[in-house]
Amino acid sequence: MTDNDSIDARVPIIICEDVTVSFGDFQALKGISARVYEQEVVVIFGPSGSGKSTFIRTINRLEEHDGGRIVVDGIELNDDVGNLEQIRSEIGMVFQQFNLFPHLSVMRNITLAPQKVRGVPKQEAEEQAMELLERVGIPEQAQKFPTQLSGGQQQRVAIARALAMKPKIMLFDEPTSALDPEMIKEVLDVMGELAHSGMTMMIVTHEMGFAREVADRFLFFDEGLVVEEGTPEQIFTNPKEDRTKLFLSQIL
Amino acid sequence: MIQAAIAAGAGLIVFYLVVKALDLDLGYGFLSGPAGFNFSNQWLTNYDSNDSRLGAYGVGILNTVRLVAIGIVMTTVLGVLAGIARLSDNWLVSRVAMVYVETIRNTPLLIQIVIWYTVVLLQLPRIAEAINVFDVFYLSNRALALPYVSTGGNFGPWLIIVVVGAVAAIVLRSWLRRREERAGGTQHATAWALALFAVVSVVTFFLTGTPLEPDTPSLEISEVGLLSIIGGLQVSPEFAAVLLGLVIYTGAFIAEIVRSGIQALPRGQDEAAAALGLSGYQRMTLIILPQALRVIIPPLTNQYLNLTKNSSLAVAIAYPEIIWVGKTMINNIGHAVPLFVLIFATYLSLSLAISVVMNTFNRRVQLAGR
Repeated sequence: MTDNDSIDARVPIIICEDVTVSFGDFQALKGISARVYEQEVVVIFGPSGSGKSTFIRTINRLEEHDGGRIVVDGIELNDDVGNLEQIRSEIGMVFQQFNLFPHLSVMRNITLAPQKVRGVPKQEAEEQAMELLERVGIPEQAQKFPTQLSGGQQQRVAIARALAMKPKIMLFDEPTSALDPEMIKEVLDVMGELAHSGMTMMIVTHEMGFAREVADRFLFFDEGLVVEEGTPEQIFTNPKEDRTKLFLSQIL
Repeated sequence: MIQAAIAAGAGLIVFYLVVKALDLDLGYGFLSGPAGFNFSNQWLTNYDSNDSRLGAYGVGILNTVRLVAIGIVMTTVLGVLAGIARLSDNWLVSRVAMVYVETIRNTPLLIQIVIWYTVVLLQLPRIAEAINVFDVFYLSNRALALPYVSTGGNFGPWLIIVVVGAVAAIVLRSWLRRREERAGGTQHATAWALALFAVVSVVTFFLTGTPLEPDTPSLEISEVGLLSIIGGLQVSPEFAAVLLGLVIYTGAFIAEIVRSGIQALPRGQDEAAAALGLSGYQRMTLIILPQALRVIIPPLTNQYLNLTKNSSLAVAIAYPEIIWVGKTMINNIGHAVPLFVLIFATYLSLSLAISVVMNTFNRRVQLAGR
């Protein structure tokens, strides 16, 4: 998939055109244009404060864009609440801080949205939840509460929770940044398996080794702009921009 | 332990010596004698000044309980609304809520009650010039008359049917809920249950010959030419002043408790729920409130207890609750020690009862997870 022409021939599932986001006087995104194609894994990296988290949060409108347009799976993201809830149910999101619901069991964390949003019967939802827990490797934790689990286990539950909605796209916002080092691998393994299964993914991460393995394409963010875009090969062996070179030299 | 026992023993000896020295009667025999005074405010009772002092104290308890029960319900509603209002995106709404909270919680309740009584309610016109609002509210300095309902002959049977209807609706709702979980989809359990309850109540209401009639107050002139307000729900200015004081004062504290309870939750909780496609209402009821309640209930219990104990300030404007009854008896016949012990025990029982209820509720909310 290194050939740009063959990528462009496919249908984009996310289209962003000149997206801007401001917090008060501070412009976090200064005009981002990007496309994500079905089954593609896009890794976003860059220094902190470069707008990469803001961008990924804008895709399901946890931050509102004030300029440009975003189209997800053919639906334009705007003030229409019906649109918004539909788009959100098509997009799974995994957060840095896991954000599991501490008052609900692991099982309920996973079955809540399918039952309440999709109207899936309880039994079916629970069977599906067990399958997902097996997929992420912790079926024995189903009846526990989130705070009884380790960070890595919590993040795997969070991935299972997002997958339970059968999303078309998965967004990962620094999923391993809040984890102890020995737990990072177990989460990355799950994400790697997901990438190989053909899920469309957007990942903000600093785990460059992992990113190089799974990514089809990299976006390098700096100061609210996409500075450079390319395949793993291109970015790692022959970055065009000086800022990309500098950043890579600092983190590798 | 030993120190405590010694202290208690010493206390008892001192108490015995004081009782001996003052020749106090610590018995409660005096409670059976006639009180010799009557009440401006009675509720559910028809007390007469020749009835026993025990009966008079009972009326005092009812007056306190009425104040506390109505006060807790009203202050909770006010406090929750004001707390959510302070978090509103609307500048005006959040500012009004802030001004309310900051002025009310920073001034003494006693002053507020006296102001409500003397500056507001007693300044209302005499009955003859009572403010007439749409012929259903009459506001005067002797009574605030509000529209109410009077019960007809079949009220008892109808009430039983309504209760049965409510139970049936609850059963129907949980049955539909189970079916929803089993079969999926939405069964509109709450809507169907409400519909069943409404139909049962309304149909039998007419079948039993309208057992509740609206009872609106009216201004009437008696044979000797005296004006009075007849019918409706008549609230004395004393009761109204104390209730207003307690509700508004406690509501300001509850508002802060509710606000901090919601704000204490990490923003990620709402974001994670939103990212799953849950609607705003689902997020509030399934994710935010169940977690916020855990933080809210313990301090909320404190506020209920404060309201209960603060109801004793009603004595300042002679609303006849238990302190007023006790004080009046002490003025008449003495027996201060047993009466204060009785008042002490009454507040203690009332507060403990509220604590037990709230702690049970709290345990249910805290049960799961963290």
